[in-house]
Amino acid sequence: MREKRRRKIQEALFSLPSLLWLSLFFIVPTLFVFAVALRPANPYGGIAPGWTWANIRSLVNPNYLAVAWRTVWISVLSTFICIVLAVPIGYYLARVSAKWKNVFLMLIIVPFWTNFLIRVFAWKVLLHPEGAIKKILAFSGLISPQASLLYNAGAVVLITVYTFLPFTILPLYAAAEKFDFQLLEAARDLGARRLQAFAKVFLPGIRRGLVTAVLFVFIPALGSYVIPDIVGGPGGEMLGNKIAQRVFVDRNLPQAGALSVVLILSVLAPMVAVLILQRKRERPASLL
Amino acid sequence: MSEFLEFRNVSKRFGTIQAVDSVSLEIKKGEFFSLLGPSGCGKTTMLRLAAGFEHPDAGRVILDGEDITDLPPNKRKVNTIFQSYALFPHLTVWENIAFGLRVAKRTKRDIETEVETMLRLIRMGDQAHKKPDQLSGGQKQRVAIARALINKPQVLLLDEPLAALDLKLRQRMLIELDMIHDQVGITFLYVTHDQGEAMSLSDRIAVMDSGRIEQVGSPAEIYETPRTSFVAAFIGDTNFLEGEVTSLVDGEYCQVRIADIPDVICFNDKTMKPGNPVYLSIRPEKIHISRDRPEGTRLQNILPAVVEDMIYLGSTTKYWVRTHGLRVQVLRQHFRFFLDEKPIRWNDDVWIWWHGDDGFMLDRFCAGDEHLVSRPPQKVGESEDDGPS
Repeated sequence: MREKRRRKIQEALFSLPSLLWLSLFFIVPTLFVFAVALRPANPYGGIAPGWTWANIRSLVNPNYLAVAWRTVWISVLSTFICIVLAVPIGYYLARVSAKWKNVFLMLIIVPFWTNFLIRVFAWKVLLHPEGAIKKILAFSGLISPQASLLYNAGAVVLITVYTFLPFTILPLYAAAEKFDFQLLEAARDLGARRLQAFAKVFLPGIRRGLVTAVLFVFIPALGSYVIPDIVGGPGGEMLGNKIAQRVFVDRNLPQAGALSVVLILSVLAPMVAVLILQRKRERPASLL
Repeated sequence: MSEFLEFRNVSKRFGTIQAVDSVSLEIKKGEFFSLLGPSGCGKTTMLRLAAGFEHPDAGRVILDGEDITDLPPNKRKVNTIFQSYALFPHLTVWENIAFGLRVAKRTKRDIETEVETMLRLIRMGDQAHKKPDQLSGGQKQRVAIARALINKPQVLLLDEPLAALDLKLRQRMLIELDMIHDQVGITFLYVTHDQGEAMSLSDRIAVMDSGRIEQVGSPAEIYETPRTSFVAAFIGDTNFLEGEVTSLVDGEYCQVRIADIPDVICFNDKTMKPGNPVYLSIRPEKIHISRDRPEGTRLQNILPAVVEDMIYLGSTTKYWVRTHGLRVQVLRQHFRFFLDEKPIRWNDDVWIWWHGDDGFMLDRFCAGDEHLVSRPPQKVGESEDDGPS
């Protein structure tokens, strides 16, 4: 009994620093954002005294709804494309010989040595109306010469996928590495076709990696700001850009706060749902 | 009964290793057939060739008259029980067993009745909703069997299915496997490195070494009439005696000179002629040992010997004796225990004898195979290879 209590106290002591850290730098600032969203703005870009629902109410606005909808579908589509690409890559990485595995992992990691902003700017050059890709596509008749590869939602999806693909490959590879590939042989042996075995045995086998990978793309994509700002144009604007505009252009912090609350809640909702689902199905729940 | 599963000149190479080397093998319908050999002998590759996980570099695999060499695993009417069982961890026992029927798109009612039947066969009806990681090794094993049998395969392939179980459970599963084979009556192809398993379960055994089949036969044939030194040494224990035929006796027997013994008598089933070199294999239990010189007949070899080592094993005692410079292993069964009997001890002078019929001439002898034979405990300072040579 005493032993048990001592261990409990020890556990609490060990987790105390991380709890303090998270409270101070994550929970408290988030609560600040929630609070600011409920305060009126003053004309000088500051926060006026008193409380109001006006900021929240102003969100019900066709303009915002369109941007919110676009934010969601761009994030969902980017996540979907990332997973579709990363699952076969993760599978392959887990099966290929150790020598090639290292080469491919290196190739996946090397782009991180270049700054993220510079890589997005590089895409701007690649997709430029006078750039080689545009010219080849127009010349071969795949797109009309007037079409633009830049400044639209498509460009945002493309570069979001490019940016987050490594973050989906790595957890899926880690999960595939732990997967017992003899299970696929067993499934085939029992009469499953190649794709059936893949869908019924491999995918459930790496489901934890799938959940992690989805969260790794979907959450940052929802809040993405830099990518739509650089390659999005007016047709590719997302909630992140709106928040930035409220802060830097309108100098209306409470309005920005209200938008942020929407974003925070829309990120928290799927995460909480996943955690509850996992807790229900398995005893120890963890994301990785 | 005719051949049912047939390998015709099948070869398979992995990199520089010739795993299966032009093997031909015929397995009869309903037979319990074992592939027996040390690890790396190619037996598992043979099984994987039959299952369709590997494609042979050369040769054909025939099942019930149909060439299945190019069929993928899901199109073959064979099912495998893997050494690690390979149960699907995300499915319950019930769902694991139902897997084959579900991918075959059988009706819900069919699936339910057949899964229930299987659960009864393996006596696990009350465990149907557990996940594999909640089962014991023996239970996992039984689920793997049910999952394979529910597809009504023409051949059941078993890859060392008992290797992961402890001794007591292994013995119980051995009996259970035998019962299941009797009940379902399908052909079993059983891969093992354990001669005890192979001997006790099989109708026939193929002994494999280095990608080749050394001998095919019933357990008794394999044990009593090994054709090669590998089979003789891998299955049970034996003594190898190297000699030369000196003369023929009665047409059926011959005299062999071994070391400095000129007249070892031996049954001549290979029509040897004087001058031919021979390698004899004599099982330790075929050799008798006693303090007094036995009467003996014309067809018995009687030699004086000195006991060098002995191990008391309860029902038997193993002796290593030296006679004419040869080291010979003798196994003595204790039939009756006399307290006043003077037991044979170290360095005692004894007599050993065996009948001419009990020495068996080998077709092929490889000196390296002697390492498979059990050896007496090493004494300090004694060199490693001090066996009969």
